[in-house]
Amino acid sequence: MNNFSYIQADKAKDATAAKRDDKSAAFIAGGTTLLDLMKLSVENHDQLIDVNMLPFRGIESTKDGLRIGALERMSDVAAHPLVARQFPMVAESLLLAASAQLRNMASIGGNVLQRTRCGYFRDTAFPCNKRNPGSGCPALTGDNRNLAILGTSDACIATSYPGDLSVALIALDAVLTLENAKGKQRQVPLTKFYLLPGSTPQRETVLEPDELIVAVTIPQTEMARRSKYLKVRDRASYAYALVSAAVGLEVQGGTIKAARVALGGVGAQPWRCFEAEKALVGQPATEATFRAAAEVALRGAKPREHNAFKVEMAQNTLVRALSEVAAA
Amino acid sequence: MPASNAPAPLNPDGSRRTFMKQAGGILGLALAPPFISQAERLTALSKKLEGVSTINLNVNGTLRSIRAEPRVTLLDALREYLDLTGSKKGCDHGQCGACTVLVDGRRVNSCLTLAVMSQGKEITTIEGLAKGDELHPMQAAFLKHDGFQCGYCTPGQIMSAVACVNEGHAGSEAEVREWMSGNICRCSAYPNITAAILDAKGQMGKG
Repeated sequence: MNNFSYIQADKAKDATAAKRDDKSAAFIAGGTTLLDLMKLSVENHDQLIDVNMLPFRGIESTKDGLRIGALERMSDVAAHPLVARQFPMVAESLLLAASAQLRNMASIGGNVLQRTRCGYFRDTAFPCNKRNPGSGCPALTGDNRNLAILGTSDACIATSYPGDLSVALIALDAVLTLENAKGKQRQVPLTKFYLLPGSTPQRETVLEPDELIVAVTIPQTEMARRSKYLKVRDRASYAYALVSAAVGLEVQGGTIKAARVALGGVGAQPWRCFEAEKALVGQPATEATFRAAAEVALRGAKPREHNAFKVEMAQNTLVRALSEVAAA
Repeated sequence: MPASNAPAPLNPDGSRRTFMKQAGGILGLALAPPFISQAERLTALSKKLEGVSTINLNVNGTLRSIRAEPRVTLLDALREYLDLTGSKKGCDHGQCGACTVLVDGRRVNSCLTLAVMSQGKEITTIEGLAKGDELHPMQAAFLKHDGFQCGYCTPGQIMSAVACVNEGHAGSEAEVREWMSGNICRCSAYPNITAAILDAKGQMGKG
């Protein structure tokens, strides 16, 4: 790991100003992604700005929904009674991720900014358009079993966000609060936060260099209460998703009144399935409906040599998740 | 090798590890500056640290000081600067759990934790579990159930297991397996590790 200077910020403004003034600086909260990537020389920063002293804490009900401070740790959020009771898919997405140790360390803000597990991105011996723009993408014709089939481009087929939490958050229309070096805050819905790779896979989110994630707010809905996060992976525990589904349903008299559907492990970003939701609403809550919606969700999938299995796996995962939520 | 029924006694003549612990303790006392107040600590830390500086760590109840760069991880601080080599470096990327220690009672991967960010926190390593010659119930249970083969992952397994029980996540074999999944055992001693944890759970409450 390259050497760096370290500063512990007491005020948000000190942190964001330090980041604005040093293009090579990075914020550090839990450090679980950052230090991993710095040890691999995938990220090289000459300054780390410790934001853990900032007051971005707390889990509370507000008029806009459940507000979670960006510095809250994954384990604490998962165990919080409000989260477990009213947002089961959020709690499940947290508990099915990483390990108990990493969940104790990783912050919610950092989780949302997790970076891809694409083997070519993580190995500096290879070209990678995300790490070194314009250098090429060996994954297109290389080992692409774990990579994306939706929203990809000829420049990058990574599942840019490999984690779980943002899949649940994007399904539930969660909103991020960001703050910049001028002390100005803005709200960005998760659905508008991530960027598709296109020809600039190095740009992953709309976050500006001097912006810090302050909080995430999840609207309180019937679909959030009646929801599920289903994760399919190579091992029973402690593995990234091959495919995951975050679904929420509002059902009245056997008819679907509203639905929220998102997929993980298959998209170039956490993948919200608006068309599949439309295919569910107004229909009877039956397996035939779920199967039809699952086919809509994977329409336009562009599988590669090793990940074609993800199309059927994602459809089956979606059908099972919807069936289980409908039956609950 | 069959599992023995009673925990083995600690080496009474002072093993290499015991010697190192004592030496480390004396060294630590010699180097430890007087305790400083919380306010002073924060003021001192809010300035930019560059290059080698003094890092104060509260390890196993003793304040220890090292001179190190900000990039030094807590794991390297323990092993390379404080001679506490119980915590192991496996993958060094937070994937194997061999480096697991407790920070303020919570289990973390010390390889992905910076020493400079661990100041002002209570750090407990495998060397801090036993009370003198009396093993922690989890250590005794690992011996009783033969919860290891090569032993390299064991300190991390035991630290993680102590936290697993304290968190209330050792209610069944399935729950233990899920909540211990961040500790990999290449020898695959998992059945015995699981048995040890479920056994120690009963002892830990009676402390």
